[in-house]
Amino acid sequence: MSLLAQSSAVIGMNIKSLPRRLWMSLAMVLASAVVVAVLLAFLAMAKGFEATLQSAGQEDVAFFIRTGSAAELNSSVMKEQVDLLREAPGIASDENGKLVSPELYVIVDGTKRSSGTDANIPLRGIEQQGLALRNNFKIVQGRLFTPGTDELIVGEGVLRQFEGFELGKEVRFGKNRWTVVGVFSTGGNVFESELWADAKVIQTLYNRGSSYQSVRAKLTADARLEDIQAYIKNEPRLNQEVQTEANYFAVQGEGLSYMAIFGRVISAVMALGALAGALNTMYTSVSDRAKEIATLRAIGFSNLSAFIGTMAEALVLALFGGVLGALAAFLLFDGLSASTLGGSFTQVVFSFEMTGQLVMQGIWLALFIGFISGFFPAWRATSVPVAVAFQSRG
Amino acid sequence: MSDDNLFELKAVAKRFKKGKETISIFDDLNMTIKRGDFLAIMGPSGSGKTTLLNLLGGVDQPTGGEIVFDGARIDGLSEGDLAKWRANNIGFIFQFYNLMPMLNAAKNVELPLLLTSLSSKQRQQRVDTALQLVGLADRAKHMPSEMSGGQLQRVAIARAVVSDPKLLLCDEPTGDLDRQTADEILEMLQLLNREFGKTIIMVTHDPAAARHATHTLHLDKGQFVGKDEPELQEKSA
Ligand SMILES: Nc1ncnc2c1ncn2[C@@H]1O[C@H](COP(=O)(O)OP(=O)(O)O)[C@@H](O)[C@H]1O
Ligand SMILES: [Mg+2]
Repeated sequence: MSLLAQSSAVIGMNIKSLPRRLWMSLAMVLASAVVVAVLLAFLAMAKGFEATLQSAGQEDVAFFIRTGSAAELNSSVMKEQVDLLREAPGIASDENGKLVSPELYVIVDGTKRSSGTDANIPLRGIEQQGLALRNNFKIVQGRLFTPGTDELIVGEGVLRQFEGFELGKEVRFGKNRWTVVGVFSTGGNVFESELWADAKVIQTLYNRGSSYQSVRAKLTADARLEDIQAYIKNEPRLNQEVQTEANYFAVQGEGLSYMAIFGRVISAVMALGALAGALNTMYTSVSDRAKEIATLRAIGFSNLSAFIGTMAEALVLALFGGVLGALAAFLLFDGLSASTLGGSFTQVVFSFEMTGQLVMQGIWLALFIGFISGFFPAWRATSVPVAVAFQSRG
Repeated sequence: MSDDNLFELKAVAKRFKKGKETISIFDDLNMTIKRGDFLAIMGPSGSGKTTLLNLLGGVDQPTGGEIVFDGARIDGLSEGDLAKWRANNIGFIFQFYNLMPMLNAAKNVELPLLLTSLSSKQRQQRVDTALQLVGLADRAKHMPSEMSGGQLQRVAIARAVVSDPKLLLCDEPTGDLDRQTADEILEMLQLLNREFGKTIIMVTHDPAAARHATHTLHLDKGQFVGKDEPELQEKSA
């Protein structure tokens, strides 16, 4: 079978003749690279954002807010209601009693480092049990706030994106002064975009009396949400709805899945432009090589080898571009920190996350561009008449 | 039909359609080409020399009539079968050499062998032999851009004979060369004809080139006019 020998000879010749069309070939490589880089940037951003929200939510933590309030910000839970929820079925305990965390969630202003503009930051009021409910909670600098004082700790994301939250700094929100006594990490998830302080102090400073806004509770292994729902229904003093914390964040993140869709649309439009350029390059390549193709066919090379040769040239150029684009996207965007408006009009700080799976999507896009831009010119290559070999000009 | 005949053309017709018009190049062309012939085909520009060569080379199909090669008809073969037939039987030599600019001399000469089942080592040996035959053994690694016209045509000849075809088809093989280089190329073709028994059909408009052939046919208005005596063709030494 000589098809392999024929085709690899033709492929080799086409690749070696690329320098003759250097600029057009580079343009095709570049177009493919840019499209792939743009796609990957958007997907990495969406992925990072999703991961930030999703990793915050736990399946074995029940999350209570007032029925119909949709988010923590516009919910409220009275102290008596917290005590009733503590007695709901399926709530786990530790040596300090039930693992239940009533929390407050208010919004303060910060100045973004990147733009110098003001943006919202959540200030969460939390108690000792609340820390126990965050799996990856860790103080990375300084110490925890002392309950009953105007001390706060700052998430690593806030520290990265906003000015003036360094350890030891005094910050002012309205007429309230706070001192930053620690920096905390929660493993990269959305809680790092928050400031945490003692719940009782926030109740006082923000005139909340003894009320909270949300309640988190650790579930026992055999707990069932239906039992808790039934418990709430049968207790007229409760007007909360319950879901898993994971579910709450998944719903919060849904509104931002537009990023992935937007990225795909943008790169689809750009891919069309790149395709037009790539097709042009490949048609030029075929007419440029018409006499060579005809000569090979006069010698006895098959149509198929001309087809395969042109196809391979297009795929190699597009793939080369795709790899460059993926590499560029990886170097430029992987781990890049950004912030955007999340739920409740506050800033969510997240990192672009470039995974192997995303890179593969970019490579497939490049191969698609290569395939389409190679197919029609390759078809044209098979119909170059052999008689062209006898013409004085190719 | 005599076994001496390599080619037989019977009532061959060739017409081209140009829009609504039909141009008839050949209406009723008949000829036989014997094994071992070195045939020169001359004629004014536009008389159909290249068209005839295309028909003989299985590059183009006749509109009518029969083309018999070695006892079997080749008109009507599929494109794929014609490609195989060309690979097995024909070496082409072009006016403008048609070498692949990105391949060195040896790689150019090797091309027809890629269509065979020869091993890479066997191909290498054949390429060496062919390059030796045309006197370019020392230029095997040279690129076409580094060679003169005469050298390029010699590489092309090596490429045409490397797979040992019965027939060489040449379209103005010396049309782009000066007199002395042209004579060298023509003497090489003579050698291939006499010593290696290659049947050669050469289109040329140069009477001096035609004199190297054993026969000359003049083509005019789609017909052969007057056949020269072979004796007169021999080059006086
Ligand atoms: N593919 C084609 N389509 C239309 N006309 C053609 C084609 N090939 C050749 N011809 C015409 O046939 C005639 C003979 O051409 P050709 O065989 O190239 O002549 P020569 O080689 O003797 O100069 C010319 O008038 C040319 O215009
Ligand atoms: Mg001609």
